[in-house]
Amino acid sequence: MTDSLSKSERIQAGLAKRYRAEKRFRLYGIVAIAVAVSFLAVMLTAIGVRGVGAFQQTHVALTVTFDEQHIQDNDWQGIVKAAMRETFPDVGNRRDKRALYKLMSSGAGFDLQNMYRDDASLAGQVRTIWLPSSDDIDMLMKGAIDRNAPEDDRRVTDQEISWVDQWLANDAIELQFNTRLFTSGDSREPELAGILGAFMGSLLSLSVCFLLSFPLGIMTAVYLEEFAPKNKWTDLIEVNINNLAAVPSIVFGLLGLAVFLNFFMLPRSAPVVGGMVLALMTLPTIIIAARAALRAVPPSIREAAFGMGASQVQTVLHHVLPLAMPGMLTGTIIGMAQALGESAPLLMIGMVAFIVDIPASFVDPATALPVQIYLWADSPERAFSERTAAAIIVLVGFLIVMNLVAVILRRRFEQRW
Amino acid sequence: MELAIHTEVSDKARVDMQGLSLPHKVTAQGVNVYYGDKQALKNVNLDIPSNMVTALIGPSGCGKSTFLRCLNRMNDVVDGCRIEGSITLDGEDVYARGVDVVHLRARVGMVFQKPNPFPKSIYDNVAYGPRIHGLAKNRTEMDEIVLTSLEKAGLLDEVRDRLEAPGTGLSGGQQQRLCIARAIAVEPEVILMDEPCSALDPIATAKIEELIDELKQNYTIIMVTHSMQQAARVSQKTAFFHLGELVEQGDTTDIFTKPVDERTQAYVTGRIG
Repeated sequence: MTDSLSKSERIQAGLAKRYRAEKRFRLYGIVAIAVAVSFLAVMLTAIGVRGVGAFQQTHVALTVTFDEQHIQDNDWQGIVKAAMRETFPDVGNRRDKRALYKLMSSGAGFDLQNMYRDDASLAGQVRTIWLPSSDDIDMLMKGAIDRNAPEDDRRVTDQEISWVDQWLANDAIELQFNTRLFTSGDSREPELAGILGAFMGSLLSLSVCFLLSFPLGIMTAVYLEEFAPKNKWTDLIEVNINNLAAVPSIVFGLLGLAVFLNFFMLPRSAPVVGGMVLALMTLPTIIIAARAALRAVPPSIREAAFGMGASQVQTVLHHVLPLAMPGMLTGTIIGMAQALGESAPLLMIGMVAFIVDIPASFVDPATALPVQIYLWADSPERAFSERTAAAIIVLVGFLIVMNLVAVILRRRFEQRW
Repeated sequence: MELAIHTEVSDKARVDMQGLSLPHKVTAQGVNVYYGDKQALKNVNLDIPSNMVTALIGPSGCGKSTFLRCLNRMNDVVDGCRIEGSITLDGEDVYARGVDVVHLRARVGMVFQKPNPFPKSIYDNVAYGPRIHGLAKNRTEMDEIVLTSLEKAGLLDEVRDRLEAPGTGLSGGQQQRLCIARAIAVEPEVILMDEPCSALDPIATAKIEELIDELKQNYTIIMVTHSMQQAARVSQKTAFFHLGELVEQGDTTDIFTKPVDERTQAYVTGRIG
């Protein structure tokens, strides 16, 4: 009797310990999640805070005259300069004038040219137009250049600040939404640089990558998993696929350079080659994920289909593949996300070039978002640092959209079990 | 001729002579099955009469399921599985060169241990077989096939108003009857059942047993079961397997009341197994 009592007591004592251990374990889990979430939050806020400035750009209201002479000479920046001289009539000597012209972006003239191209009746007219300022003035407006610092320590002179102050007094200078960031390609001038070129480059490369790697990967996985005999050849192939997944991405870039560019003479810096290289890199990921998804399909479904007299292809197409599809899509999206963020292999095939034009086809020279980020991060201009962060925001946004599409597709394919 | 073969068979395993009066639907002769190095079936000779329920009984791992799966060549997909001997369906060797497995399985349907409806609607589950074999010319014919099969499986009244609901949403017993409906939708000649009631409660089991009893009028049924009561209730013929050998076969009543082999006796009386 006493023995049984002490036994139950012992269990009682053990219980408290067990519950403590359980609580502790849960706490570890919560702490782990909290740490991960806070890292993510810190990273996203840091990028957000830095990048948000790039979504605005300083514009100056200038009263410009579309005079015939400048239009004939195709000297659009001349119109801007004339307008500047009119705004600040007391600026006399050449040096001051040159400093004055530098307040405006060298792209301001292009804006006027585009306006005139759309509407030729502007010739001879006088208009007040918001035109982009130079990057230094932009930085000054955003507070990135400290007005109170000694003149020698800042990129903007006292004289320039006084001009800006005059504009400020007249409400002729303000921050406006930076549409150019989303509509133009790269530029040496930060205020003119946009990410559309890199975005299109990434989009084109990724489409090539998807079109190559998805069907190839799925077919490989289905064949290896469902049809291939299990022998040393298929074992060898499997080992090789697993090894390929661990190969550093730059090696794929080298392979692309040696094979696609030097042997097959495909165009340099082209999204089609970028996509092919990324597909090589993505293939093992997709194959491995797809095979895992196929293996997870319960054998009872295969038996049911075989038992009904379905052929092997019918079994796979009607039953196994639809059930494995969500898993395959997840693997594919992971692979594509890796490909989207990859820069090293693209460097090797020349997608790191400075390209102003927005690629319109698969063979146009292009760069990609991560490479653009790398290029901008490397640029000395202060204004490029916020654009780097902005490009990262766009890249992350791209990724989120891609994942959303994957989630929606999964929902659609998912069969209730 | 038939008699001659039969005498020869009876030397190897005690064959029930009464079965001779009926035509044999399925005949197995000297069947050996190996999984890799392991021999799962040893020289099995068994005749299965048509339009009867034949129960295969025996302890776990005795090879009864293996034998069942040989009959519609489900073992083909198992790696390292090797089969010797001959199995004939209406006198044709099912393992002969040129026999189409797809066609064979349309003639020999199968119901599995665990109900395994496809994750599709009830209608599509039943329509799947006729669809892949091209048995229905149009939608009306397909509807006809689906409804008759469900009717025959005794499921129609329960699912009539939710044919588009997923088959996996049914209860276990209903799922198993759906699987039976799916199997009979292609009008097979033989239905193999691998412990069809082992995952079901007694009431669902009773329904399935009743169904099997009705189905035997049109189909030859071969059933693996763990339950000797079930074998006694529904089958007319019984074959007892032990350690890969076919120990004894005969009328169910004989096997249960006056078994010849002492292993059979030990098993049916519950001393081994």
